[in-house]
Parts: sequence; structure tokens; C-alpha cells
Amino acid sequence: MVIYILWLRQIKRYLRSKARIVGSLGQPILFLVALGYGFGPVFAKAGGGNYIQFLAPGIIAMGILFTSVFSGIEIIWDKQFGFLKETLVAPVSRFEIMIGRTLGGATVALMQGVLIFIISLFIGLHVPAFHLVLLALLFGLLIALLFTALGTAIASILDDMQGFQLIINFLVMPLFFLSGALFPLNGAPSVLTDIAKFNPLSYGIDGIRTTLSGQVSNFGLSTDLIVLTVIVIIFLALGSYLFSKIQI
Amino acid sequence: MEIEQIIEVKNLTKKFKDFTAVNNITFNVKHGEVFAFLGPNGAGKTTTIKMLTTLLHPTSGYIRINGKDPVSQQNDVRNSFGICFQDQSLDDELTARENMDLHGVLYGIPRATRRTRIEQLLKLLELWERRNDQVKKYSGGMKRRLEIGRALLHHPKVLFLDEPTQGLDPQTRNHIWTYIKDLNKEEGVTVFFTTHYMEEADRNATLMAVIDNGKIVAQGTAEELKAKTGKTLLEDAFIDLTGHGIRDEEAGAADHMRMRGRLWRRR
Repeated sequence: MVIYILWLRQIKRYLRSKARIVGSLGQPILFLVALGYGFGPVFAKAGGGNYIQFLAPGIIAMGILFTSVFSGIEIIWDKQFGFLKETLVAPVSRFEIMIGRTLGGATVALMQGVLIFIISLFIGLHVPAFHLVLLALLFGLLIALLFTALGTAIASILDDMQGFQLIINFLVMPLFFLSGALFPLNGAPSVLTDIAKFNPLSYGIDGIRTTLSGQVSNFGLSTDLIVLTVIVIIFLALGSYLFSKIQI
Repeated sequence: MEIEQIIEVKNLTKKFKDFTAVNNITFNVKHGEVFAFLGPNGAGKTTTIKMLTTLLHPTSGYIRINGKDPVSQQNDVRNSFGICFQDQSLDDELTARENMDLHGVLYGIPRATRRTRIEQLLKLLELWERRNDQVKKYSGGMKRRLEIGRALLHHPKVLFLDEPTQGLDPQTRNHIWTYIKDLNKEEGVTVFFTTHYMEEADRNATLMAVIDNGKIVAQGTAEELKAKTGKTLLEDAFIDLTGHGIRDEEAGAADHMRMRGRLWRRR
């Protein structure tokens, strides 16, 4: 019941700020339109096919990535001035609080991803096999869980919002740009592909791209699923542990 | 069986890496008291309260809240007290009723009981009409009333209040204290509060202790403290006990965020 109500709280918070939902869709739409239509011809001429088909899954993952990390980071503020304090004095295990929050944050990030998906359909994404959308949702969920847990882990040790800027610029951005979201890993210089191999997001994007756009998978769908699931479990454990150590 | 000493603290010490925040303090609070815990900034008040409310482990010493140990009987202690923090801990995006409901679930109150008690409390707090409004639409005084009410939802024995009326106008302060004292009398809730408003402590507390530099420098009723220092006003007695120097503290992360919060708030 505790987990459910904390999960529900995250959903309510998301649904109640319509302005924030619309605002956060701005960047993905911009990327899709500017990069998608902009690079389209060049990409096609280089033999890559339709760039929108390639890009949209990357942008969907981008939306999920950023929303997830933000919701985890929210904890820094919440620790001092928000609801989190109330949960830390309650006769409830830290684990339940962390799980409720993380599941809630991940669900919200996934909802964001779905919104971007719908928008992509209007911009030109064509889904060849609609029954695979469910599988794409699974990949989306795994990405969301992974990065919400990561955000939670980081926020549990940071006390100041200043560190947050560092995290965004030196962790989240590199993770996004070196994941095959914007350019194909197949054929890219080995420096980049080597880094991308260690990036969990690469596997998530590969999964979404294969299921939604019908492109050939870079790593193999089962590899994607296994790698993601394993890392999700590790990050959930890490996030749980660090969250339990929070001292306000 | 009602425990007489609802809060017992004996030789309580808390050492951090480079300094001792709380140095061997001893005091008791009887059931039904309205107890004021006073002290300058950095005196060790917040650290002490954190240890009493299971948020920090003591370095050494003995604490019993309602007869239970906050370290080894954490959940029992948590069920025995309610706390209203200095900084807001309500969820702004949720309604008053939702905030109360969340608290009820966290404290394991079954649904039917929750519903009855929430209605009772919200009506008592005169917030029933606004129960479905998001808390962000509430005034400072309303938010504070709601937080105090919420802290009592699970019928705790002790209510901890950290600067309960800071930033509120006299009418609201008066209203809140009347409410607190009624609860103290009717429900027998022991009140443990901190404040920088000395007249508030003078007017409302039945017993008080002054902490400075981690040590208790005086304990007793307001009259006893005034007699001890030969002053007529509690504020003068307090300054006499703790010195005239200003306690400058280094701004911590919390202060930075509090300032930023003020910048962004519309009120």
C-alpha cells in the first residue's frame, strides 16, 4: 500500500503540471524536426535510409532519459524542503519509499516517452510491426527504471543542486550523445563504438529502434534485454543502498 | 499504563568528525508538558531533536521516547511522535486531503479510520472547506496548521514542533498556539518545541531548557529562569544565559536552497 501510494503521488504530480508536460516536449520536438528534416537528405544520400525512422527512437529514449534523471534528482530538493522528510520519520522502511518513488518516476518517464512516440508518428515515423510496440514499451520501461534509479542514487549523496549541473553536463549528456541515439554506431569510428558498448542506453535505444522502426539490431534484441535487465537490477540495488543511507 | 517521563534524555552526546555538537546533556519531559527547548543558532538544538526523532544516532547516551529507544526500537518510537519541521514538508502539488491521506498510509492507519480522522482534523483546523485545494494555493498559516494537524493524525504521544510559528503574523500565531494548547489539554499530547520567539516560550511553555554550545545551561519554568538571572523578561534572561555575541554560522547547503526557494516562490 505504501509503495502504491508513493507511486501514485509521482503520477499525480506529473499529471497536475500541464505546463511542465508541454514544456518538456519542446526539446524532443525540436530535435525531431530540426535534425530529422535537416539531416534527412544527407542521411539518405549516405545510404542510411530515412533519418526520421532512425532518429525518432533516439529522441524517445532522450525524453525518457532526461525525465528519469530529473525525477531522481528531485530528491535533493525534497530532502530538505519537501515531502521526503515526512517519509523518513515515518515507520516505513527506506526500501519501500525508494521503490515507490522509483517506480513512480519511471512510469512518468515512460509516459513522457509514449507522448514523444505519438508525436513522432505525426512527424513521419512509420511502425512496420505494430505488435512489437509492446516490446518497445518494455525497453522504454527498462531505460526509465535504470535512469530513475541512477538519479536516485546520485541524489542520495548530493546535498546541493550545484552538483546537479555537473551531473547533467558530464554524465547524462555524454550518455545520450554516445549511445547511437543520433547517429548509427554501425560504421562509426571505433573510439565511439567502444565507448557506446559500455553505455547501457545504447542497448535500450537499439531495442526501441529495432522494435519500432524495423531496423536491423546492432547488438541483437536478446543481448539488449539481458544487458538492460542486469544493469537495472544493479542500479536498483545501488540506489536502494544509497537512499537508505540518507541523513537529513 | 501512562508513562510519566515521556521523554528521557541522559548523558546524551553527539560528536561529529571535528566537533562535539551535543555534550553530555540530561533532561526529562513529563507527560502533558508543553516543553520549550531554547538555544542560539548552532547550540545543538536541531542535532538533539534529530536524535530524539530517530534521524541521527547518538555517539553515546540514553534516550527513551514513551519508554522506547530510538536506536533499537525505531518504528515504535516513530509511531509515538509526530513532527512539524521548520521547513515545509507538505507536497505542494497534492491537496490537503491527499497530504493527510498519504501520512495515514505511511503510518499504517486503516482506510475507514483514516477517513474519519482526516475529516475530524480538517474540520478542527478549519480547513475542511478547502480540503480539495492543492496545498500550493494555501497561505503560510494554513500550511502550518495543516502540517501540525497532519502530525497528529496517528494520535502520537509527543508532538515535536521546530519553530512552529516562524514567519507568521500575530493572529495566526495566536490561533496556532490556542490550537496546540487545546490539544495538549484535551488529548494529553506532550509538546516539545523550539523557537526564537521568547515571548512565545514565556507565554506557552510549562517547562523549558536552554542549550548552548552543546550543553544545557539552564532548566526549569520561565519564572525560575527569570529568577535565576534576575530579569523580568525571558528574552533578557536568555541573552544573559547565552551571552550577547552573535552566532554566525556558515551557510550550509540547506541555507542556499532555502534562499533559492524564496527567490522562486510567488508569495
